[in-house]
Amino acid sequence: MKYQLSHLRELEAESIYVMREVAAQFEKPVLMFSGGKDSIMMVHLAAKAFFPARIPFPLLHVDTGHNFPETIKFRDKLVASLGAKLIVGSVDEAIDSGLVREEKGFNASRNALQTAVLLEELEKGKFDAALGGARRDEEKARAKERFFSHRDEFGQWDPKNQRPELWNLFNGKKHFGEHFRVFPISNWTELDVWQYLAIEEVELPSLYFAHKRKVFERDGTLLADTPIIQRKESEQVVEKMVRCRTIGDMTCTGVWESDADDLDKIIQEVSTTRMTERGGRTDDKRSETSMEDRKKKGYF
Amino acid sequence: MTEQLVDTELLRFSTAGSVDDGKSTLIGRLLYDSKSIFEDQYEQIKATSERRGEEGVNLALLTDGLKSEREQGITIDVAYRYFATPKRKFIIADTPGHIQYTRNMVTGASTANVALILIDARNGIVEQTRRHSFISSLLQIPHIVVCINKMDLVDYDEEAYESIKNEFSGFSSKLDVKDIHFIPISALNGDNVVDRSENMAWYEGQTLMHYLENVHIGSDHNFIDTRFPVQHVIRPYNDDYHDYRGYAGRLAGGTIRKGDEVLLLPSGFKSKVSKIDTFNGEIEEAYPPMSVTILLENDLDLSRGDMIVRPNNAPEVTQDVDAMICWFDDDKMKSPRGRYTLRHTTQEVQCLIKEVKYTLDINTLHRNQEDLEVKMNDIARIKIRTTKPLFIDEYRKNRITGSFVLVDEGSNNTVAAGMII
Repeated sequence: MKYQLSHLRELEAESIYVMREVAAQFEKPVLMFSGGKDSIMMVHLAAKAFFPARIPFPLLHVDTGHNFPETIKFRDKLVASLGAKLIVGSVDEAIDSGLVREEKGFNASRNALQTAVLLEELEKGKFDAALGGARRDEEKARAKERFFSHRDEFGQWDPKNQRPELWNLFNGKKHFGEHFRVFPISNWTELDVWQYLAIEEVELPSLYFAHKRKVFERDGTLLADTPIIQRKESEQVVEKMVRCRTIGDMTCTGVWESDADDLDKIIQEVSTTRMTERGGRTDDKRSETSMEDRKKKGYF
Repeated sequence: MTEQLVDTELLRFSTAGSVDDGKSTLIGRLLYDSKSIFEDQYEQIKATSERRGEEGVNLALLTDGLKSEREQGITIDVAYRYFATPKRKFIIADTPGHIQYTRNMVTGASTANVALILIDARNGIVEQTRRHSFISSLLQIPHIVVCINKMDLVDYDEEAYESIKNEFSGFSSKLDVKDIHFIPISALNGDNVVDRSENMAWYEGQTLMHYLENVHIGSDHNFIDTRFPVQHVIRPYNDDYHDYRGYAGRLAGGTIRKGDEVLLLPSGFKSKVSKIDTFNGEIEEAYPPMSVTILLENDLDLSRGDMIVRPNNAPEVTQDVDAMICWFDDDKMKSPRGRYTLRHTTQEVQCLIKEVKYTLDINTLHRNQEDLEVKMNDIARIKIRTTKPLFIDEYRKNRITGSFVLVDEGSNNTVAAGMII
């Protein structure tokens, strides 16, 4: 008998281990769910980790109010099928209540506003650990993250002060008011995720697959034409065959020209592509250290 | 896409070396030559290199990610990089060369299959080389590949390579290293990294990439001594699974088969494995590093921290532990009689430092029995007494059941990594 796991099964075993460790070490974990493929895979892994019991924590979605409608529909369907509890933090409400101020202008996005709402929901629910689907290959600041990432009482991330993680030993100890962000799929790459979703036959939102959509070009990226984004005179709307490689909300998600309408074609495309997954994310492009700066303030 | 088509192994390797040895350049080169760098990433570092007035594209920028690092031009933390070839998927734990970041190097090395040690051909073995080699040996990384870099700056001279190789072999004979390979390279020019060098015809060994793709890691786990630490107890409490009590965890060693007779620690009771459950159905046999759920025949009450083993092959059950530690914290170890929290597999206990036997000078491997103060980055041999029994193996036999960490009760920091002797 060959005692060897393929890399996907080894990654899966590691992620399941991390999730079980969260259930064991924390009192009130929550799973941050965005509706994107990584958080969908997280939910799938959580179902595996605790089978045949239910996932022992609720899902939290920080809704900017600017999501693709398909994302919301898919989220609701998934939650219903799992019998899971869903908490929705609303950026709309936060704007109304004055907690955050909406950006204006051509490049306005509610992406950065999510942080305040996330921190508020974490405090409201008294959650001491928030599981997220971030991966280290996504972006250079995430490359330095731990599995168990300590956040101070302000939800802030201090890259100079993260705990050493050795072997399988995760130290989730904290003082009152602090919490942890946990990233069980840290070692997965974009391609790993797609291959796994294909093998496991996991259902995904239609946005990921090629479809016809009205789009316009801005700074080399194609954005969906929607009333939410202020369009300049010079930006012409055309209809193209596109798909999303990563899903943020409509204001910051770039779409790609593609005809990949099933998982095998997507995998083919992803494995030969010359551009990173988040290359079309305008939220990352705001500055060279955009992600690092957001994380220091408490972002996902 | 079927499971059979995805049959690549996972290999983790750590990289260590002085900041000027070109480690980051080497990683950038590995990614670049294996076509794992994306165009937009390449454009980004090209733009940054130009903006900084550098000559050419500085591949080291690929791995320096944090603001202060880019400003100072050094690597502060462990950065994880990923790339894959048709044969294997690789995880690189890129670690700093500075002495004050030993803790991060130890972190990156703890789960590595391979340690990649970089030496500057002009300088030969320096203090950093010794420190990192020793740590690789201390952490029992199964394979070491020594890359003698910057061969272009010594005119690709075979003698320079051989002399360093001999010096290293002499030094490492005192270490507990199982498998060492040497490769002469130039990370800057790409010689022997992915493609064979045209400048070193005298070298007939593998390129680095060939080595990484083919080194045998199938025996790196302990498949003999069965060790299953109970991580989490699964009790569905629903109608379909009314009496279900599953012990979920990750195999730390050996194998477990359905029907196996087992011994439970600490109770000492015996039982039989009635089922090995996974989400995709039950399986006949489990081995490391699988995460499974084990069901037992008798209605026993195991909890997190307990361990399932085989009756004739138990770990040592003890409250007295003899170990080598690496200290991580700014605050030095409280001694004598310092109190710490200890985490071993899925157990957490309190412990007392009973004795510091010696601190180790990594350069000379001399045991210092006079200076028993254990400070940041120090390696020491200590004796510990725990409040509850642990189920341990020697670290040399099993990296999971032979390791632990110490946590400071006040600050909650992880202050030390320990390897049981």
